[in-house]
Amino acid sequence: MDLAVLLAIQVLYAIASLALISVGLAIIFGMMRVINLAHGEFLMLGGYAAIVATSHGISIWIAMLVVAPIVVGLIGVVVERTIIRFLYGRMIDTMLATWGLSLFLVGLTTAIFGNTTVGISAPLGSFQIGAYRTSAYTLFVITVAAVVLAVIFVVMRWTRLGLIARGTMQNANMASALGVNPPRVYAITFGLGAALSGLAGAVLAPVSGVFPTIGVAYVAKSFITVIGGGAAILSGTVSASALFGSINQIATFVTTPVFGEVALLAAAIILIRLLPQGITGRFFRRGL
Amino acid sequence: MNARALNLIGLGLVGVIGIAFLVLVPRFFELDVVLEFTVYMIMAILALSLALIWGYGGILCFGQSAFFGLGAYTYAIAMFNIGESTVPLLLAVIVPAAFAALLGYFMFYGRISDVYLGVITLTVTLILFNSINSTAGPEFHIGSARLGGFNGIPGIPPLNVPGNKRAPIDLEGMFYLATAALLATYFGLRLLLASRFGRIIVGIRENERRAELLGYDPRAYKLATFTIGGALAGFAGCLFANWGNFVSPTIFGLAQSAQIIIWVIVGGRGTLIGPIVGCIGIQWLTTALGANQPSGGSDWWAKIFANAPLIFGIILIAFVLLVPKGLVPTLGDIGQSLLASRGKEAKRLQPKRAEEG
Repeated sequence: MDLAVLLAIQVLYAIASLALISVGLAIIFGMMRVINLAHGEFLMLGGYAAIVATSHGISIWIAMLVVAPIVVGLIGVVVERTIIRFLYGRMIDTMLATWGLSLFLVGLTTAIFGNTTVGISAPLGSFQIGAYRTSAYTLFVITVAAVVLAVIFVVMRWTRLGLIARGTMQNANMASALGVNPPRVYAITFGLGAALSGLAGAVLAPVSGVFPTIGVAYVAKSFITVIGGGAAILSGTVSASALFGSINQIATFVTTPVFGEVALLAAAIILIRLLPQGITGRFFRRGL
Repeated sequence: MNARALNLIGLGLVGVIGIAFLVLVPRFFELDVVLEFTVYMIMAILALSLALIWGYGGILCFGQSAFFGLGAYTYAIAMFNIGESTVPLLLAVIVPAAFAALLGYFMFYGRISDVYLGVITLTVTLILFNSINSTAGPEFHIGSARLGGFNGIPGIPPLNVPGNKRAPIDLEGMFYLATAALLATYFGLRLLLASRFGRIIVGIRENERRAELLGYDPRAYKLATFTIGGALAGFAGCLFANWGNFVSPTIFGLAQSAQIIIWVIVGGRGTLIGPIVGCIGIQWLTTALGANQPSGGSDWWAKIFANAPLIFGIILIAFVLLVPKGLVPTLGDIGQSLLASRGKEAKRLQPKRAEEG
């Protein structure tokens, strides 16, 4: 029984962390049709932002939940203005340019911070479930993911910003004709997506540590979650994270963590073969 | 001078330069330089494999290093088990080709679009990287070859003269072999692309729907192209395992994949000579920047110029934004516009021929 509760928490945590690392990418991809291969590096920058802020005496909560998203969001806006905006409509070139950006950021952080892992210890300690102990931070990550998804839902569904965003997403020319300024929407969207990535990277930093090439560990997983999810940002991310997160965690539980990752990636390839439009291409079509 | 004659002159020039290089380098350079050139030649074969798949086939493959690494690992594992290099060499071509065929079947017959293709090939490369990386324990072995995980496989026996296991190929022999293989690959691909098959895959790249309506099955042609590219990359991997007598999982890494893409982007998609030039140029640049650190312990040099990801990133962004066609086609365009300004009348009468190079 205790083991079942523990396993349930672990599965929820896997789902939550997948959703967290993917949602920024999903927003950028879903709204702008831009495949941002530097996504993993945005997460990495979020982690560094949190660690640097903490080492300057800022409370870890503020560093993770406020400083990291703002810093990475600003970086995102700069990237959009200097690189991405010249490449709209050239999807493959955008992928290549963001891959270049990813390499550049890895190189830059290696030059600044060195090629070593820095960590911050996870706050909150641990708690007891029967005979097992588990980190309370796990529950925090699950809560953050739930709150982030809820906020995105509220903003997209009920605010003017969300309305404009959804309109631009469906038909940029029509939105432009109705007085929306698409370049501005794109810059803001890219910035928000980057900010969410920064938040995710910072929240996960105490779990995994941060090093310049950590983006690689995230990028494949978040891509397959977004592609597996399909066009709808929220329902896609949630459904794909639920599917892949469960597969990953159960395979990990039965075998080893590495095999868990392999099972996740293999499941994703099969899913894309079966549903090329992603889960929301077939199910939950009316979702956000 | 028409395009056909220019084309033949270009071919002849490549042949003459290639053979001169093959014959002269070992006579005039020290062994360390020859070794350096050998790896350039091997990497150029790898660049050609992506030049075929991406530049001509229009298949966006971000995971070419998967086939390269598979070739290297297959050769190493087979060599430890067999001891004579003919079969391992063949396996190092067949296994990656079969893997490419399987992966290609999933992707092309699933009609996955270009962009997802890039992401899937990247993901597959990462799967291979993660799985091989975690095989460090002694329980992971194939026959008598231990996989070694992140430590890699050291001490791989070199190729030998076919059939005679006591006559291994020495370092200079490796140079001749790699250079000859590169030349053979180049001319082989030129022949392939001049054939009916080559014309069809270029046609599919230009307009898949139209090619399909004309009765060609793009899925089968793409699959064939992808498999040939996989086989070539595997062959390059086999030579690479020979060159260093060592393979490690970094061969599957993102950095390696990015490099191959960069060679092709810098040299130019849709040419064969471009990726070779791009590959050798970039390889030379990284070696030179890494080796020529000024003395006096200036730390910033190592941090900025010997920092391969930083340099690669800047090169990739700059080329995508500023020279999206790549060096060789851009130079060709400039040359053509110079020619055109001289003989305007003659130029206008000739249709522009697609895909020479």
